[in-house]
Amino acid sequence: MTDSSLRHLRGKTAIAGVATFGCGEAPGYSDMDLLANAARRAVADAGLTMKDIDGVCTASVLATMWPMEVVENLGINARFIDGTMIGGSSFVAHLMPAMLALESGQCDAVLVCYGSAQRTSTLNRKEVAAARRRMDPQPYEHPYQPMMPLSAYALAASRHMHEFGTTREQLAAVAVAARQWAQRNPDAFMRDPLSVEQVLSSRMVSDPLTVRDSCLVTDGGGAYVLVRAERARDLPKPPVYVLGSGTAVWHRQISSMPDLTVTAAKQSGAAAYQMAGMTAKDMHIAELYDAFTINTILFLEDLGFCAKGEGGAFVEDGHIAPGGSLPVNTNGGGLSWGHPGMYGIFATIEAVRQLRGEGGERQAGQADTAIVQGNGGTLSSQSTAILGSAAAL
Amino acid sequence: MSTDDNKVKPEGAAAVMYAARLAEGDFQIQRCRRCETAFFYPRELCPACGSGEVEWFAPSGRGQVYATTTVRRRAEAGGDYNVALIDLEEGPRLMSRVEGIEPQAVAIGMAVRARVAVSDGQGLLLFDAQETEKGSAQ
Ligand SMILES: [Zn+2]
Repeated sequence: MTDSSLRHLRGKTAIAGVATFGCGEAPGYSDMDLLANAARRAVADAGLTMKDIDGVCTASVLATMWPMEVVENLGINARFIDGTMIGGSSFVAHLMPAMLALESGQCDAVLVCYGSAQRTSTLNRKEVAAARRRMDPQPYEHPYQPMMPLSAYALAASRHMHEFGTTREQLAAVAVAARQWAQRNPDAFMRDPLSVEQVLSSRMVSDPLTVRDSCLVTDGGGAYVLVRAERARDLPKPPVYVLGSGTAVWHRQISSMPDLTVTAAKQSGAAAYQMAGMTAKDMHIAELYDAFTINTILFLEDLGFCAKGEGGAFVEDGHIAPGGSLPVNTNGGGLSWGHPGMYGIFATIEAVRQLRGEGGERQAGQADTAIVQGNGGTLSSQSTAILGSAAAL
Repeated sequence: MSTDDNKVKPEGAAAVMYAARLAEGDFQIQRCRRCETAFFYPRELCPACGSGEVEWFAPSGRGQVYATTTVRRRAEAGGDYNVALIDLEEGPRLMSRVEGIEPQAVAIGMAVRARVAVSDGQGLLLFDAQETEKGSAQ
């Protein structure tokens, strides 16, 4: 008999190593160079060598056969490869196939890795967008020239404001909280003070979202290493156990999203909670993919931290800022730490650092449980991970 | 000779048929013959039940703004413009642009009516703001 809750996988694997590299600006480095440096550091952090790695999960926004390039570049002979590409949530979604591969015995150590030189790359985002219009046409949206992905999130924000009375001030509170966390993180890209008034008066891009409601454009590499739990306990760093994992995709194009105020995080989150046997009340911290300020509000609601429609009031009351009841995006998030194209891996890495107590000045107290929400496309793919220290097992 | 399973339609797939009609100013969408779900964008299978038995029909053209944004653009480049999601009376939602009023004045819930703009042999589906729900007859 199968157990669709996947409860039997709870705590069976653990993240043993994490690393970032070149986050911010990395002139002279390619996507692969950033990935390779992050990979080496993550493997070392796990107390392993690259020869120990026999599984790879990776994705690229540009290369269609990226896993082969990664295997070749790093010199890995992989027994398990997953190249699932569902946008920024991919590296959170990679947890499930990686867990299954470890549990089945297909492989012993999986490297999940990513790199992006999008900020300093000579191939600018306009050129990428133009190429994508040819290679991956969306003939029912592109003719109207939405500024993607931003306009999609702006449409979702417009609907949330209409249905629930959410205000621009409440959206701005998300950016301000992220900045307050970033001010405690020396690796964050933007650390100047930021007020609600400054967000409101910053350049409007696609109403109601301003440039300060939008994630940064930075370079960066990130990687983590997943092993079976019993092995993780013999490695140098405190294991961070995977307690729950779930992924859901409801659409690709924003015009096909069933309800712009409810994301597939509701489904991915429910699956992850079920596997973990936990609820929102059990989460000490949350790392929620904040590509835009509306994301944080939507995910707080869809993951059960507040009722649908109450996300705006929740963030305005200071719950997610330093000192609040629920530390959210403790590194400064995509809004202020940085956003190298696909942020999911960086949200995961920050959760691991917090659960290990390695947050330094931004450490959110004693954190034993964390929820990570990966988002991809235009609110299209959602992947949730619940991670925990040994105390959460 | 191809078997039935291998035969393609001489007029092409649904997406091509839609574009060909639109280029002649004719806006048609699809409906499933099995489960009667009307849907957009044009495709080969009904997304509600998976059936391949789908038919074309002309929707009323009446719709309502579901979500809206004004994309800011420099005046030299053409100025600000609207991008909206429209719910058609028949159910399907699609992306379009509401014209006839300032982009900032487009509001959720506003009644709109479809219009096809044809230029250079291509059709573009647009929507005009209606003064009132009933005003769509003008
Ligand atoms: Zn059907």
